Amino acid sequence: MSKRVGETITFDNVGLRYGTDREVLSDVSFTLYPGSFYFLTGASGAGKTSLLKLLYLAQRPSRGVISMFGTDVITLPRSRLPAFRRRLGVVFQDFRLIPHLSAFDNVALPLRVSGVREADLRKHVTDMLEWVGLAHRTDARPATLSGGEQQRVAIARAVIGRPDMLVADEPTGNVDPEMALKLLRLFEALNRLGTTVVVATHDVHLLKKVPDSLIMRLDKGRLSDPTGALRYPPQRQVTDRDDNAQLGQDGGEF
Amino acid sequence: MKNPPSRPKFGGAGLSGGFSLMRGDRAAQLVPQARLAGPMPWVIAIMVALTVIAAAGGLALNNLAQNARSELSGGATVQIVEALPQERDRQARAALALLAEHPAVASVRRVPDAELERLLEPWLGVGADKEAVPIPALIDLQMRTEATEAQLDSMRRLLADQAPAARIDAQSAWLGPVFSAISSLQWLALALVILLGLTSAAAVWLAARSALGTNRNTIEVVHLLGGTDSQIAQIFQRSVGFDATLGGTVGLALGLVAVLVLGQQFVGLDSGMVAGGGLTWINWLMLAVIPIAGVIIAMLTARLTVTGALRRML
Repeated sequence: MSKRVGETITFDNVGLRYGTDREVLSDVSFTLYPGSFYFLTGASGAGKTSLLKLLYLAQRPSRGVISMFGTDVITLPRSRLPAFRRRLGVVFQDFRLIPHLSAFDNVALPLRVSGVREADLRKHVTDMLEWVGLAHRTDARPATLSGGEQQRVAIARAVIGRPDMLVADEPTGNVDPEMALKLLRLFEALNRLGTTVVVATHDVHLLKKVPDSLIMRLDKGRLSDPTGALRYPPQRQVTDRDDNAQLGQDGGEF
Repeated sequence: MKNPPSRPKFGGAGLSGGFSLMRGDRAAQLVPQARLAGPMPWVIAIMVALTVIAAAGGLALNNLAQNARSELSGGATVQIVEALPQERDRQARAALALLAEHPAVASVRRVPDAELERLLEPWLGVGADKEAVPIPALIDLQMRTEATEAQLDSMRRLLADQAPAARIDAQSAWLGPVFSAISSLQWLALALVILLGLTSAAAVWLAARSALGTNRNTIEVVHLLGGTDSQIAQIFQRSVGFDATLGGTVGLALGLVAVLVLGQQFVGLDSGMVAGGGLTWINWLMLAVIPIAGVIIAMLTARLTVTGALRRML
């Protein structure tokens, strides 16, 4: 059965400048489809982080139109944006875990923000920590976790609410290649369930690890799309899958 | 790689729900609670104590002025300023008889010589020579209504023949400057209460801004996870509310102790006018409301500060 063939995000001639400086993003146009896997690449200063900020609604563009889940979010009142943010998962480059909260409480945060009852969220958070291989570190504060463990807590926090789109900024930047591959497998597992994934990375080796992924390449604030595949991608259908179905065990355990 | 765990069931709380479902307990954990380690509770305690003292002073002055006014408003004093004792006595008796018949007078009483001597004792000493310092005869009048100048003029005309040495004055006229001073002090107390309230709000504003800076990462993360302005403000409101409650309670206790000690000292003065400045139970209740008002002002200030700062984010 097919589902969710509509677009998740559309950027149309989006430009962004900070203050009166030159534009850091110019004429960026693309469409992200549900269930797709995108790598966002580009040199340092190309505008990757700025583009991600627009994607996770931390920034308004200076011009252009951004449509998210069928709604123009540029003209939307501020008060309606939290509902859209709750449909997104974000893995920050510097993790941004809350230092005085345990791993459990950090992962539970999106559910608490969304109003999930304490009795209901406990099992989900425990399962999620188990999924990222941190079942034994539920009470640990971020300062006592290794870089890779912190990264996994950040990923667990980003995906606990099963977002429609996951945005990850250099999620493998602080971990060794083996751990980077394992993290990628986590994103793939989520992607198989229909979540659109956007991963910003410098690591060109990662790009080959996800066969069906699309590449978004930024160069000096402009998105290169020589084939037009980002702006007018071929219609893609995502297979409806039961959340509990077994979809393969190719990534190994943490 | 196994699939991620199944999607959790959301409470259907929508944007208005969230932390409120947890009655703020979990939300409060997001901001580390310094409790008594920070200056906030102590600043609020001092502000509330000063406000209680200023408000108690203002209320006491109000009571004092009201009591004095109600006592003096219908009162008038007739002085027979005559050096010869026999003539003074004759005029006093004549005035007493005439005034008792006046329709505006409710009661009339000649102040006994012994009472007069006692009143003047601080200035003239014990056993003063009455011949050397003639003391006027005094007649105390209570009018049926507030003494008006027209009534007093009518009495002056009545006494002009039989008691030409009589001088009639409304008692309230003597204390006019005192009432004026009391009124100024009341306004001063009110201004102090308002200023202290504003200072408390400013202190909370500064503390909330400082807390915002300290917890900026937490706020941004909660904001980007879909937390609403109201949810984030609630976190700080709760923290400030706890500090304000603690500070307000301590401040109320300190303020009440100061008011009681001052009250005891004024009672020791044994002055008739000061005795009218005691606090009623409604006044004590008003003082007890001050820390509650302080908590409300503090929480409102924290909310406005945080939501103002959040509005600068997308």
